[in-house]
Amino acid sequence: MSPALRRRLTTLVFVLPLLVYLVAFYVYPLYRNLDLSLRDYTVRSFVAGDAPFSGWDNFRTVLDDPTFGPAMRHTMVFTFVSIAFQYVIGLALAVFFNRHFRLSTVLRALFLIPWLLPLIVSASTWSWMFNSESGVVNHLLGTVGLAPVGWLTSPDWALTAVIVANIWIGIPFNLVILYSGLQNIPGELYEAAALDGAGAWQQFRRITFPLLRPVSAITLLLGLVYTLKVFDLIWIMTKGGPGDASSTLATWSYQLGFGTLLPKFGPGAAVGDILILIALVFGLLYIRVQRRQEA
Amino acid sequence: MIPTRRTLLAVAVATLLPLTACGGGSGSSGSSSSAGGTYTFWDPYPQFDASSDWGKRVSACGTAAGVKLKRTAYDTTDLGNKALLAAQQGNAPDVMLVDNPVVSTLVEAGILNKTGDLGLDTASIQKNVIGAGTIDGASYGVPIGANTLALYYNKKVLSAAGVDPASVRDWASLTAALKKVKAAGKKGITFSAINTEEGSFQFLPWFWGAGGDLTKLDSAGGVAALTLWKQWVDAGYAPKDVLQNTQTTSWQEFATGDYAFSENGTWQLGNADKAGFPYGVVNIPGRTGGSAPVPTGGEFVTVPVQKDSSRYDVSKKIVTCLTSATNLLATDTTLMYVAPTAAVQAEQVKKNAELKPWVAAVAAARGRTSGGLGTKYPTISQPMWTAVQAALSGGRSPQDALDTAQAAARKG
Repeated sequence: MSPALRRRLTTLVFVLPLLVYLVAFYVYPLYRNLDLSLRDYTVRSFVAGDAPFSGWDNFRTVLDDPTFGPAMRHTMVFTFVSIAFQYVIGLALAVFFNRHFRLSTVLRALFLIPWLLPLIVSASTWSWMFNSESGVVNHLLGTVGLAPVGWLTSPDWALTAVIVANIWIGIPFNLVILYSGLQNIPGELYEAAALDGAGAWQQFRRITFPLLRPVSAITLLLGLVYTLKVFDLIWIMTKGGPGDASSTLATWSYQLGFGTLLPKFGPGAAVGDILILIALVFGLLYIRVQRRQEA
Repeated sequence: MIPTRRTLLAVAVATLLPLTACGGGSGSSGSSSSAGGTYTFWDPYPQFDASSDWGKRVSACGTAAGVKLKRTAYDTTDLGNKALLAAQQGNAPDVMLVDNPVVSTLVEAGILNKTGDLGLDTASIQKNVIGAGTIDGASYGVPIGANTLALYYNKKVLSAAGVDPASVRDWASLTAALKKVKAAGKKGITFSAINTEEGSFQFLPWFWGAGGDLTKLDSAGGVAALTLWKQWVDAGYAPKDVLQNTQTTSWQEFATGDYAFSENGTWQLGNADKAGFPYGVVNIPGRTGGSAPVPTGGEFVTVPVQKDSSRYDVSKKIVTCLTSATNLLATDTTLMYVAPTAAVQAEQVKKNAELKPWVAAVAAARGRTSGGLGTKYPTISQPMWTAVQAALSGGRSPQDALDTAQAAARKG
């Protein structure tokens, strides 16, 4: 064996575990999902494994479904509104905690709690708080003289309610990453700016924000991909209801595949594919942004 | 026995074989033809652990059949999907308890044995109860028991509001009673209108009670039933959160003692005794009087298809042990179900007079998948619960919502 070949083989052996991992946990499930979405599965052919190839039929079914439009719209509203608020609040808190006052570390740690709680706990708690009969939110509204709101029972409010809960859950992520970004901004810049007479707002606008841009871009793009696929929170709080007032592509896909007594695997997988495609677009965008920053 | 090299080898192979088979995630394999071995059993009762009465009954039936019975409990909604996946992988359990509307789906998938082929006797079982598991004249499971819905009422709240429970005979008198309760400062009725099968289950007594037909969701009867519910929610007789309530959370609301009525099932009887107020049970009234037909709930014992048909003998013994006339009483007392045979029902009522309205309700109950609906039912149920949600949340009128539902159900 020539040394060159040997070296090639050695590298291959080192890479092999990763390759096996990627194939087993990424490529194969993706392939299976694509396969499911391109075949006409009934419960019988699912078990027998002889579902006929049906091309784009499942996609056509899904796109023609009256649920598709609202689900797509809700997904976009849910994602972008969540991200916007998470980012703004996360940034404000990061700047706030960057001042190092007494107990700031303790407080910052407390802010991480939403991130540490299991989602089923936080989502159930939110759905109790938003309960239209006995929820604490309506109780508080009542004490200031406002009429109770059907947070989870009114089609006008359900999406808002799940977005509020999701923002709360997403703030710690933004806080942590933006805070670490702030640490990398040299303190001399602020000192120099202060000498030049820049106020707090100007310091933020001219120094903090521009220097935080690379970190911000990554936070936002990661947040996009995470939020796009949020399923458990919505499922626990509203199951996409009332009607389909808060259903997103993720909950709809689950609803099709597992939500009824008679699973529709094909269309469910097709919705999943569409979701993956959207996430992929954002993922590529992320890689591009990252490359531009490195260059 | 003298341990020769050959027997040692055999022992080694015998111990290794189940190991390798277990690698496939299956429990239903193992040495096939020999007596003994491990059999697998799935049920949807995660609330019962191995030390519960139910857990003990299951393992006792395994022992009686001469095998070790390995029981796994899944969430009800999960079990159907798990069963399909297991069948696809070729490792379905030997015996499986499934919720009755799931039976037709599993039969459609071709993974259940006919009770006739297994030689199981189902003659004594009430026709309407076994109906949910009967497809094209053949039954595919033995009901372990039945439960269904009725109206629990809080005696304190009703007497404070001056309502005689006996006066509740039709929809008009029920609505009048709710009005009185509300005027007396209490709350009316709780039920579950959640966007899952539970919501459809709870809506059906009203739907059928108005003469509704599942193949024509938008018929006058269906619209009347949905209008009734909507009217209650709009007038504040029922809370807005019925839209989110499961049958359990709806019960918890009733258990606060503020509500006059709760539409709920046999399985809450144990909790009702603990609720701390006197309660009664009336059958759900039909639109113009009489008892409304209610949907049958409860599970079927089924025997999924195995590659190795020699396993069926033991499986049959296990099923018989759980469902034989002599054992049904113990099983259904454990599960708080109404027995599926008239003889055992009579014994149950003799032991516990509270069960009387429930036995009557079961006798008048219909299977959701009965009447030739089979796997069409899920494609009707989902649009139906969506319509209920759309109307109660104020988004659509009942007629409009059910028109959409019917269009969706027709597409399948």
